[in-house]
Amino acid sequence: MASAPITSSSQVLTLPDPLPLDGGQQLENVQIAYETYGDLNETRSNAIFIAHALTGDQHVASPHPKTGKEGWWLRMVGPGKPIDTDKFFVICANVVGSCMGSTGPASPGPDGEPYGMAFPVITIRDMVRGHIALLDALGIERLHAVVGGSMGGMQALSLAANFPDRTAAALVIASTARHSAQNIAFHEVGRQAIMADPEWRDGDYSGHGKGPEKGLAVARMAAHITYLSEAGLTDKFGRNLQDRAEKTFGFDADFQVESYLRYQGISFTDRFDANSYLYITRAMDYFDLAEEHGGLLANAFAKSQARFCLISFDTDWLYPTAESRAIVHALNAAGAPVSFVELSAPYGHDSFLLDVPELDRVISGFIEQ
Amino acid sequence: MSQLRPDLAVIRDNVDPDSRVLDVGCGDGTLLAALRDQKGCDARGMEIDPDNVAACVGKGLSVIQGDADSDLAFYPDATFDYAILSQTLQTTRRPDIVLDELLRIGRKAFVSFPNFAHWRVRLTLFWSGRMPVTRLLPEAWYETPNIHHATIDDFRQLLRDRGIKVENAWFLKGDKHRSPAAANFRAEHAVFLLSK
Repeated sequence: MASAPITSSSQVLTLPDPLPLDGGQQLENVQIAYETYGDLNETRSNAIFIAHALTGDQHVASPHPKTGKEGWWLRMVGPGKPIDTDKFFVICANVVGSCMGSTGPASPGPDGEPYGMAFPVITIRDMVRGHIALLDALGIERLHAVVGGSMGGMQALSLAANFPDRTAAALVIASTARHSAQNIAFHEVGRQAIMADPEWRDGDYSGHGKGPEKGLAVARMAAHITYLSEAGLTDKFGRNLQDRAEKTFGFDADFQVESYLRYQGISFTDRFDANSYLYITRAMDYFDLAEEHGGLLANAFAKSQARFCLISFDTDWLYPTAESRAIVHALNAAGAPVSFVELSAPYGHDSFLLDVPELDRVISGFIEQ
Repeated sequence: MSQLRPDLAVIRDNVDPDSRVLDVGCGDGTLLAALRDQKGCDARGMEIDPDNVAACVGKGLSVIQGDADSDLAFYPDATFDYAILSQTLQTTRRPDIVLDELLRIGRKAFVSFPNFAHWRVRLTLFWSGRMPVTRLLPEAWYETPNIHHATIDDFRQLLRDRGIKVENAWFLKGDKHRSPAAANFRAEHAVFLLSK
């Protein structure tokens, strides 16, 4: 259980000023852990900010310090890759509220003890304020592009809408401009699983050895299903049994899919903090870009000068194509230059992380301009 | 520079420089790229085929995947100087409504389509008694995307019925021009520049 921020090799910026939050509070001494790849050019105009998803981190193209696994978007980011670090200076920062070195509920609060549930509820826009503070510190006035999938796409939209001079382009993959009732419902299942675990202790589990690992694992299992497609699950597991010839007429993981999900749940608890999971899912549920701009999504982009590209996947039922289309229509209404394509891939929502050659082509084509 | 298809070349040559253009059914973006690179246009596209959209985005064009029959409704009035529909009218479910939408979104519209009354098409139908399959209309009737074949005179009639003005028109056989009077018989293609 990661009950304290994981120390990584990442660079860490301590913000000079308090971070104002949508909830009305402000956070002092905020730390932002980030990784960079490639070199910033002389005109400081080749920076690409990659925003990570719910349980992602800043290690977009370098090994995870805890699991040793390769960077989560290594297939997209690197020398000669679609987001080419020979040409671009790529920045990826851990979001505020997370647990990979940026300030979150597991970080020490003003009294030196972990915040726990005393951590203020944050929003996607608050995360983006943290990113902007980082860009200020790095001396980057205007990004070449902001790029993100899933929750990263929400940050990309929020950055382009709320800080219109700070990016020339926004690439939004498998994302949405607002969390639907179904999205909120799945997150609520996960949160209730965590909070129902007696080891959660109202969020004050730090110092008690183990945290709500069982609850967090169940949360991850439920969420993981939403990242895949029915066809993908059937293709991978079908009704195959796990290391046995017969059903046991018990409640062991008889089926391969059960075993797989249990493993996904348990291994997740090694790398993620339960309270961070609560806070970040809350931030996603609160996200409604239109609501922030008078109820009309087109208004969110009224001041934007950026080019936009939206990509959805035909098997993604978490953030289905209709969500991307709604954003495209709003961008059209705002007169913004926008591209949109629904790609065909069998992997559901997770397609944006996986091998989809057309995705590489669209991303590099959009980024290179 | 690769040679543009003759009807696309007519459109490129007659678009005012630096104008705002929407190409509906833009294919792989050939015309859009020409308008952007040769006329300085702010050129946007809509295309139904995802592979084509990917190709367009790969060229740095702003193209959205969409269907002319349903997705034009989401553009505000008079967003563009020109809305272009090249070789796509005959594939739409309701060409008349699409035409109205083009002239709502664009101040002017370029529409090009194959002429089903070209003498070669007539001859094929007359002699074989079967739906013509020609160089320009290469698919059999059951697999063609062209679900609303029209002739130049049909189109002229639709324009009259709808009160749509013809600003200019070009009638093509290959890259050769045909006169308006002979067009319905001798032109394979028509390009109209329209306004309300």
